[in-house]
Amino acid sequence: MAAPSELSPIFGRLTLDALPLHEPILVVTFLVVAALGTLLLGAITWFRLWGYLWKEWFTSVDHKKIGVMYMVLGIIMLLRGFSDAIMMRLQQAIAFNGSEGYLPPHHYDQVFSAHGVIMIFFVAMPLVTGIMNFVVPLQIGARDVSFPFLNNFSFWMTTGGAILVMTSLFVGEFAKTGWLAYPPLSGTTYSPDVGVDYYIWGLQVAGIGTTLSGINLICTIIKLRAPGMSLMKMPIFTWTALCTNVLIVATFPVLTAVLALLALDRYVGMNFFTTELGGNPMMYVNLIWIWGHPEVYILILPLFGVYSEVTSTFSGKRLFGYTSMVYATVVITILSYLVWLHHFFTMGSGASVNSFFAITTMVISIPTGAKLFNWLFTMYRGRIRFELPMMWTIAFMLTFVVGGMTGVLLAVPPADFVLHNSLFLVAHFHNVIIGGVLFGLFAAINYWFPKAFGFKLDRFWGLVSFWCWVVGFWLAFMPLYILGLMGVTRRMRVFDDPSLQIFFVIAGFGVAVIFVGIMALLIQIGVSIRNRARLRDATGDPWNGRTLEWSTTSPPPEYNFAFTPIIHDLDAWYDMKRRGQEQPMSGFRPIPMPRNTGAGVFLAAFATVCGFALIWQIWWLVAASFIAALVTAIGHTFDYDRSHRIPAETVAATEALRTRALAAAE
Amino acid sequence: MTSETVTTQAAPLRFYDVEEHEHPEGGSTMLGFWIYLMSDCLIFAILFACFAVLGGNYAAGPSPRDLFDLPQVALSTAMLLFSSITFGFAMLSMQAGRRGATQGWLVVTALFGLAFLGMELREFAHLISIGATPQRSAFLSAFFTLVGTHGLHVTFGLVWIATMIAQVGRHGLIPANQRRLMCLSLFWHFLDIIWIGVFTFVYLMGMLR
Repeated sequence: MAAPSELSPIFGRLTLDALPLHEPILVVTFLVVAALGTLLLGAITWFRLWGYLWKEWFTSVDHKKIGVMYMVLGIIMLLRGFSDAIMMRLQQAIAFNGSEGYLPPHHYDQVFSAHGVIMIFFVAMPLVTGIMNFVVPLQIGARDVSFPFLNNFSFWMTTGGAILVMTSLFVGEFAKTGWLAYPPLSGTTYSPDVGVDYYIWGLQVAGIGTTLSGINLICTIIKLRAPGMSLMKMPIFTWTALCTNVLIVATFPVLTAVLALLALDRYVGMNFFTTELGGNPMMYVNLIWIWGHPEVYILILPLFGVYSEVTSTFSGKRLFGYTSMVYATVVITILSYLVWLHHFFTMGSGASVNSFFAITTMVISIPTGAKLFNWLFTMYRGRIRFELPMMWTIAFMLTFVVGGMTGVLLAVPPADFVLHNSLFLVAHFHNVIIGGVLFGLFAAINYWFPKAFGFKLDRFWGLVSFWCWVVGFWLAFMPLYILGLMGVTRRMRVFDDPSLQIFFVIAGFGVAVIFVGIMALLIQIGVSIRNRARLRDATGDPWNGRTLEWSTTSPPPEYNFAFTPIIHDLDAWYDMKRRGQEQPMSGFRPIPMPRNTGAGVFLAAFATVCGFALIWQIWWLVAASFIAALVTAIGHTFDYDRSHRIPAETVAATEALRTRALAAAE
Repeated sequence: MTSETVTTQAAPLRFYDVEEHEHPEGGSTMLGFWIYLMSDCLIFAILFACFAVLGGNYAAGPSPRDLFDLPQVALSTAMLLFSSITFGFAMLSMQAGRRGATQGWLVVTALFGLAFLGMELREFAHLISIGATPQRSAFLSAFFTLVGTHGLHVTFGLVWIATMIAQVGRHGLIPANQRRLMCLSLFWHFLDIIWIGVFTFVYLMGMLR
């Protein structure tokens, strides 16, 4: 760390040396990003879209638009995180026989740290949150979330965190510590530069957003369900979303606290996790995994919900074992809190403690197994339609079971002592996160895209993406299982044993296939936008759906439902269709809706600037941005008039348009 | 009417709420704020856990017995407890619809809060001056962080009280302001409960270590 005398009063630690001008890879990356960015910004200016984007999207408090923005953020960050994956695979495939590969150690270490952080926090989390944001209010028959302004603010905080992490690519550097930044490696002695500070403040800014969005969605589900929807008549996706948000609120504060303590160690010189004056680094490892293990369930549970909806819809049957599904979800939610120590059996806490956590870990496979059987029984004797969401679901079942079983294997402490920190572990968690979370997200995107935009996604390119992802995944990670069993540890940059190279080459080839899959996804979206007239769905119910989101127009109007639906059955929309119930076409009433506001954008911007200033120790800017955020927040509370009314005539006109479109489609 | 329509109307199921009344704004606020408080409580839980694990690691430095002045702490505790009572009076005035009394009790609450904060800062300054700094040992790191985080919350509460005094002055005790005062009241009493934990586990039990 720079001595106080080197600290400039104006720029803090920030000097021109922080720009990585001596690193050709980064300079080229920067040039490409800058060129593309200029092109994009230029295009937005040329087509005069700034006003539109600001008014209709950035300041929007509409849960649907915020959901879509989360998805865009997640997909952009997927490209960044995946670039890191390609770089690592390439390095490991060529660094044999005395070759050092092409990445120097300090760069390689940043790449694997950034890959993990970005994929979990800025790809998986935004995508999962985006889906929940978009779908949950529609599924429960609500017009928005409980706290629409907070929702907008949460999104921009997540984006602010992503911006900070991306900034580290070109200004300074990122952490070289792995994605959880264990001390003492992440302390000032071994990580004196700004890398870990980018990690801390990027995650703090994003974490506040995530916690608030968790509170928001819990309240929405508890308070805003349509009349008649008792908890046990709630769609299964909403149930999983409820459990996930409970987990978010019950764990993200732990992350916030533990990162704050790490920051105190680094900035103030305290001794929580140091190796001197009574500090205890294992305290950090325990605390961060108390957040970290529930976090993986935060990611997977909503996707279990997606698979349930998809299986039921495309099998044309009610979900098998709805009640057991709900209980399984709740049991997983509780158990996920009692397993954290299995991430470090090697800590040496003794046989009794390890046995306890081994058993709780293995027990989780029981409710998860129950879910799998429920999906199989839902498909049994169903009239299965192999649309894209259903294909992703089947690929998930086949892939996830393998990942789950290797997980149970790792839960056995003696086996874990051998496999700890090996590529077997890396293969295991990619198996469950790609095969579970990502496949589920693709199922969800293909399933709900027509609801969000009014037209289906192109099937051909969807199939290309599907097969490339599935085949690429197996090619990329099965070799890692074998390597891990042979004892190869993770995060290695060069290898001595030439006989291992073939496995890394196969894995690298697998990543290339996945790359084609990602490109196919982007092409699929592009082609579908071009062919939107042909792919249009006027009915609002393209899959013969069963839950309430399919009862309204695609895309839904700002107010979602002209009349609040009343629920009598679990599959509410299927029930209405079965009884021939249609929405009344007259008697509309004015609908009060929340008003858009830019306060969330400004608050998050100040928080991001404050994070940047903290990273570079530009103290005057820390103070200025903090005060600016405080003043903006208090100023916003003086605005009491936060809603507007959509007149009954507007509602009537919107609904009449829908009736005409429906008639034209028939 | 034919008998057929009569039988179908025997159980008139409605599927759309055509006579929807408007929902009052802020119906979820108290629940949401309560959940937020629980998440904040979790942050304190982590800090308490750190103190429990690291609180005995003096690193050959000072221990609680060398540092804590119990009568002083008892006095500052009393300040905070009084502020809770006076906030209670503010809420009673709010229920009675007395704007001025509400503002007055809020001012009294803020003064007690300020007194508490001033005593805490004086204690911190004293500790640092005799070399018991947060950097000295894991025990002192955990102590300063736990007590300091509570103090930061009190500071934030004071800013909020000032904001509410202004907003009540501007708009009166309208439902939105009543809701905000209810949230602030929850927050203030929550800090009291946390402090009772701090007083017991950090100060009283620290003296027994």
